[in-house]
Amino acid sequence: METILEVSQVAKHFGGFTALHSVDLQLKKGERLGLIGPNGSGKTTLINCISGALQNDGGSIKFDGRELTGMQAFQRTKLGIARSFQIPRPFRSMTVLENLMVPLAYVCGMSGHKAEEEAMRILTGMGLAAKARTLSGSLSQVELRKMELARAVAAKPKLLVSDEAMAGLAGAEIDEVLDLLFELNKMGITIIMIEHIMHAVMKFSQRLVCLDAGKIICQGDPQTIISNPEVQRAYLGD
Amino acid sequence: MKFWISCLVAALAMLGLSMSSLNEYLFFAGFVVLQFIILATAWNILGGYAGYVNFGVPAFVAAGSYTAVVLFKAFHAPLLVQLLGGAVVAGLLGLGVGLLTLKLRGIFFSIATVAVVFILEAVVMNWRYVGGATGIQFTRPDPIWGFETYTRFLFFVMGLLALGSLATARYIQDSFLGQGLRAVRDSEEAAECSGVPTLRIKLVACTVMGALMGVAGAPMPMYLAYVEPVSTFNLSYSISALAMPIIGGTSHWLGPLIGALILGTLQQWVTVTISSELNVLVVGVLLVLFVVLAPEGVLGLVKKWKQSSK
Amino acid sequence: MFSIDLLFEAVLFGLLLGCFYAAVSLGLSVAFGLLDVPYVAHPALLISGAYFVYVLSGFGLDPLAAGVLAMPVFFVLGVLLYRFYYETFERRGSDAGVRGLGFFFGLAFIIEVVLILIFGVDQRSVQADYIGSSLELGDYRLPYRMLIAFAVALVLTVALTLYFSRTFTGRAIKAVGQDEGALRLMGANPVRIKQWAFGIATAVNALAGAMLIIVGPVEPAMDRIYIGRTFCVVVLAGLGSMSGTLVAGLLLGVAESIVLMMFGASWAPAVAFGLLLVMLGLRPQGLFGR
Repeated sequence: METILEVSQVAKHFGGFTALHSVDLQLKKGERLGLIGPNGSGKTTLINCISGALQNDGGSIKFDGRELTGMQAFQRTKLGIARSFQIPRPFRSMTVLENLMVPLAYVCGMSGHKAEEEAMRILTGMGLAAKARTLSGSLSQVELRKMELARAVAAKPKLLVSDEAMAGLAGAEIDEVLDLLFELNKMGITIIMIEHIMHAVMKFSQRLVCLDAGKIICQGDPQTIISNPEVQRAYLGD
Repeated sequence: MKFWISCLVAALAMLGLSMSSLNEYLFFAGFVVLQFIILATAWNILGGYAGYVNFGVPAFVAAGSYTAVVLFKAFHAPLLVQLLGGAVVAGLLGLGVGLLTLKLRGIFFSIATVAVVFILEAVVMNWRYVGGATGIQFTRPDPIWGFETYTRFLFFVMGLLALGSLATARYIQDSFLGQGLRAVRDSEEAAECSGVPTLRIKLVACTVMGALMGVAGAPMPMYLAYVEPVSTFNLSYSISALAMPIIGGTSHWLGPLIGALILGTLQQWVTVTISSELNVLVVGVLLVLFVVLAPEGVLGLVKKWKQSSK
Repeated sequence: MFSIDLLFEAVLFGLLLGCFYAAVSLGLSVAFGLLDVPYVAHPALLISGAYFVYVLSGFGLDPLAAGVLAMPVFFVLGVLLYRFYYETFERRGSDAGVRGLGFFFGLAFIIEVVLILIFGVDQRSVQADYIGSSLELGDYRLPYRMLIAFAVALVLTVALTLYFSRTFTGRAIKAVGQDEGALRLMGANPVRIKQWAFGIATAVNALAGAMLIIVGPVEPAMDRIYIGRTFCVVVLAGLGSMSGTLVAGLLLGVAESIVLMMFGASWAPAVAFGLLLVMLGLRPQGLFGR
């Protein structure tokens, strides 16, 4: 299997504070990676650097062989990197359908009927078809999360970063979103999942990476990582 | 289609009006209202569609006016060239301010637009060629095309420009560009992640806004036969240009038109019957009232009323 | 054609002027720098403070004392203003940007016009023993009123810096700008804290307004140019830095003074705005910003 993402010695500083110290990470095509670590460990900073919301201060990020450093976020989206946000960011003045039309227009160049059909197809796959004409501002939490994923999928991504997509959801809702992510992976999308809900991450990930204070402290098979004393110390403190 | 027919009708009506024998002051008032239609529409392209607030309207209008002055003084340029020149210079000004500040948060852009007003004013004040602090006077060209006076002709031209600006706003709103602008306004981060080139789009909107405002300013020197910096760079332009779309409704191109018609006429009436200070007070109070109580403007109120009476 | 003497005098005057600019910008540094409120009405409130002092001094009160007296009044005003802003805009979230800016801009104009309607467009000034006379230092004359402004600015800056770093409420205010969530977890109410901070910012404005009318005559339209000066200082300093505000104010004062000397009064107003644009273009986080 080929490498789709190669992060080498990536660093990120905010003034005097170093959020990422020299992170190395490789992702294979179609892989399901879980990214864990306590709050403030740099998980979101890392994916911000990958998605382009932030520019890394050193090191290189190669996606599908192309160097991403310096590239703007929207260009990375066009290359095939999509992400959902920790706190959902719907386009509030638009309906759910219109929300999807934006990436369909700007990444895939679709408009009009073709775009609407494609958007409905994606929404049906996510179980949101009934809400297509509703204003996105009035959706429930789980519906918002699903729409975030739907919007990311509409950009035809090769890599999807799901940033705490299940935060704040209850039992059955978590499973709904998890199933969706499994489906997307089956379609060939490589997925990085950041999550605090342990059982979901364990179930989903083929490989687990644990960050703490801007460094990767260990990575590997989920069961092994979870029982690693360093990981436990990072989460629970000394 | 309906839109274009209405435009044709409006243009003909304006032609008819300018040929009629109405009171000269009414033409002046009408000219001002038409100018505000353009300014409000232009403002809304960046403010309503993209969410970036321009406080420095007079800078762009003045860029148009003073470009026209220079073109006329140096080359005796015809009106069309003055209009184009004004649009280009003001558009470039918009691009410049945008390049400098549209990467930052909205409020920095807004403050930068105020800065441009004062800086340009200082430049003009110290520039003898365009009259400096005392201003510059003109003799208007002879009337053409069968109009009684040159000012009647300019009134008609302003009318056409107003229709043009409405058509531009309408086109942008319904286009690819408008979709992207709305996404930027709702959530810039999400827009970027949906493939929208946010900076580029904002720059386009800013440049178009600048150009339209420049076009609105270009006919002024000829209309008034006189330009001077203090009134040209008056910040009160900004509060009107801002209040009109907010009062009318910022999400649709009709909003600025409605706002300009309502507020523009009200302003003329207040200035004439009471005072010009009270004029600013009225605008300020209406702006605050609408921003607090009816953020979607008149269009929003109409929409709500329609929904509740179903 | 200028001599070192003239330059030195310009710099000296600029330092005094700059301290004054810092004083009038401190309120904005708190309201916008720390709390992120798009407080474009700050200069209008500054001018209102000056007029408030003018009225009080009409009853025979010393302007400086009037300024201090005005502080609690303006504190309450600030609290109410923030409360209103929060309930109407910050709470609702989306679109708060345009509406918030529109609100404060409208407010600024309303204040300006009300001042015109009450006091007229003519300039107003106050009398005091220290206004009009100067301290003679060798060849240079330092106007007392500028020295007073200098002193007050220093006192205010030091007081605010200490407040924000030493007291619990002060540090909470600093924190609320950076991480509201964490503050909530600590049991503190962010809205209450922001309210308090905004009250402080507006109270500082009252004293700064007194400085304004002591340093020179005021007129209602002054708020327009002070938008440039105060925002220039705050941006130059970097958001959230109180001591930075002092340094930035000094820089602006000196720059304006030198331009005044070399090019005359018609260019001086553009200095603040020009410096602002340069900062935004080159280093938007300012000299000391977070």
